Amino acid sequence: MIKFEGVTKTYGDFTAVDDVSFVAKPGRVTGFLGPNGAGKSTSMRIMVGLTPADRGKSTIGGLDYHAIPNPGRHVGVLLDASAQHAGRTGREVLVLTAMTMGLPDARVDEMLELVGLTETESKRRVKNYSLGMRQRLGLANSLMGDPSVLILDEPANGLDPAGIHWMRSLLRHYAERGGTVLLSSHLLHEVEMIADEMVLIGHGKIVAQGTKAELLHTAGTFVKAEELTRLHSALERAGIKASPSGDGGMRTEAEPIDVGRIAASESIVLTELRPAEGAGLEELFLELTGDHARENVDFEGAMA
Amino acid sequence: MSTTAAVPYGDTLDVSKTPDIPMARLVKVELRKMIDTKSGMWLLIAVAAITAVASTIFGFVGHNQDRTFGHFLGFAGTPQGFLLPVLGILLVTQEWGQRTGMVTFTLVPHRGRILAAKVYAAFLLAATAIVLAFAVALITTVLFGGTNRWSDFTPIDILKISVGQMAGMAQGFSYGLLLLISAAAIVTYFVLPQVLSILANVIPFLSDKAAWIDFGTAQQRLFNFGDGNLSGKEWSQLLVTGAFWVALPFVIGLWRMLRAEVK
Ligand SMILES: Nc1ncnc2c1ncn2[C@@H]1O[C@H](COP(=O)(O)OP(=O)(O)O)[C@@H](O)[C@H]1O
Ligand SMILES: [Mg+2]
Repeated sequence: MIKFEGVTKTYGDFTAVDDVSFVAKPGRVTGFLGPNGAGKSTSMRIMVGLTPADRGKSTIGGLDYHAIPNPGRHVGVLLDASAQHAGRTGREVLVLTAMTMGLPDARVDEMLELVGLTETESKRRVKNYSLGMRQRLGLANSLMGDPSVLILDEPANGLDPAGIHWMRSLLRHYAERGGTVLLSSHLLHEVEMIADEMVLIGHGKIVAQGTKAELLHTAGTFVKAEELTRLHSALERAGIKASPSGDGGMRTEAEPIDVGRIAASESIVLTELRPAEGAGLEELFLELTGDHARENVDFEGAMA
Repeated sequence: MSTTAAVPYGDTLDVSKTPDIPMARLVKVELRKMIDTKSGMWLLIAVAAITAVASTIFGFVGHNQDRTFGHFLGFAGTPQGFLLPVLGILLVTQEWGQRTGMVTFTLVPHRGRILAAKVYAAFLLAATAIVLAFAVALITTVLFGGTNRWSDFTPIDILKISVGQMAGMAQGFSYGLLLLISAAAIVTYFVLPQVLSILANVIPFLSDKAAWIDFGTAQQRLFNFGDGNLSGKEWSQLLVTGAFWVALPFVIGLWRMLRAEVK
C-alpha cells in the first residue's frame, strides 16, 4: 500500500505538489492521471526518496522508503526509462540491478523473457533502443526483485497499442496476485484501459479520486444528430441545456429518453443516443489540460 | 496458525526477512560499473597499455646510467597519474551525466552508502594500478636495466608512489563529486593547475609559497624516486594543499549530494 498524506513540494514560490493525499491499495491498479506538469513525477520521486518533500508524509506499506532494507525486493520502481547509461547493454543494466539486490543472473534472463526482449536485443547498447524497448527494459528492471508494490511513471509512453495491451494484462495479473500498482499517465484513455482506481491531479492538487466506475459514472446523455443545430434549439426550447462534447456531438444533463422524445417530435434524425458515461471525467480532464476552449471551436464547426 | 488466504500482501510490508545490502556487494557493483561501458573499459585498457609501452620505450632508448628501477617506476607511474583522476571523476559523474542515479539511489536510498562504496572502489582501482606499476617497473628493470639498475631503489618509494597515486585518484573523485559533470570536472582538473602556474608567474607571493598552495607542486617530490623520504615540512605541505584541493571539494560535494534532488 502506498500512502500519501498532505504531501507538499515547492520550488521557490511555485508549488509543484500541493497538499496531496491519496492511497494506492493492494490488489488494485491505481492510475495517477494528470496533464503534463501536474506534479505526477515529482510525487513519485518523493515516494522513493529521490526528492525531499517540504511537508507531509509518504509511506509504503507503513514504512518510510528509507527504512525498507534492500528496497528493490519490496518496491519496483520505474521513473524514467531513458535514465540509463547509453553505453551499457540492456542486459548489463539488469545485471547491475540483480547484483545490487543479491539475485542470481538467471533472474535477469527470466525478466528479459517476461518483457519480451530477445537475447540479441539484450546485447545491444541502450543508446540503440527505441523508447518502447527502454520502457520494457525499465519494467524488467522494476520487476526484478519480485516486489509487492510497483511505482511506474508513464510506463505506457512509447509503447505501441499491442505493447499497451501487453502491459495491461501484465499489471492486471500482478494486481490479482495482491500487488499494489501505481502508474501515472497524461492520457485519460490509457488509464481508463489499465486502472481500477484513479487519482486525478492538476496543478499539483488532487481534483478527483475514486474507482474507475465511480468516476466514469455521470448522469446525462450523449447525442449526435443529422441536424445538430436544430436539435440544440429544440432542446433549449424544452428547457434542456446542451453543451458540445466529443466530435460533433452534444452532452446534456437530461435522460436519453427525454432527448429522444424531443427529437422524435421535431422529426430530427439521431445518429447516436446513449448515457454519457465518462463524459464528466473527460470534461474535467480537458479543463485541466486547458483544451476546453478548442473544443468549443469544434462545436461551432459542427453546428454550422 | 492459519495462513491467510488468496491475497499474499497486506497493507504493510513485512521486511523482517530482508537483510540490508552488504557494503562488499555495493563495492563490487561499483567496480563493475567502471568496466561495463566502452569509455570505462578503454580508460582502464589505456592505463595498462600506456604504463607498459612507456616503460618499454624507455628501456630501448634510455641511456645506460638512466635505466634504473627508479626511472622505470617513474615511467610506469606517470601516465597512471594522469588517468587515475579521470577514472575517479567518471566513477562519480556517470550517475548524474547518464542519470543512472535515479536507479542507483532508488535501489539504495542511503546516498552516503553509495558514496562510500564508490570511495572503496576508487581506492581498490588505485591500489591495483600501483601494483601494476611496480610489476611493470620490476619486469622492465630486469629486462632493460642498465649497469646500476637497482642503485636508486629505496623502500620509501613504495609509500611515496602509493600516496601520490591515491592523492590523484582522490582529487579526481572530489572534483567529480563537486561538479557532477564529467567534462567540467576533467577540464577543471587539468586546467586549474595551469591557471595557478600562470598566476604564479605574475604574483611572486604565489610562486614563493607554491608548495603551500598548489597540490601538484606539493606532490612533486613524491614522484622523485630514489632520493629518500620527504621532510616533515614537505609532508605538511601535502596535508595543507590536500585539505584545500581534495578534502574541501569533497565535503562541499558530499553536503550537496546528500540533500539534492535526483532526477
Ligand atoms: N527543480 C525544479 N525547479 C522548478 N520547477 C520544477 C522543478 N522540478 C519540477 N518542477 C515543476 O513542477 C511541476 C510538476 O512537474 P512534474 O512532477 O514533472 O509533472 P508531471 O510529471 O505531472 O508532468 C512542473 O511545472 C515542473 O516544471
Ligand atoms: Mg512526468
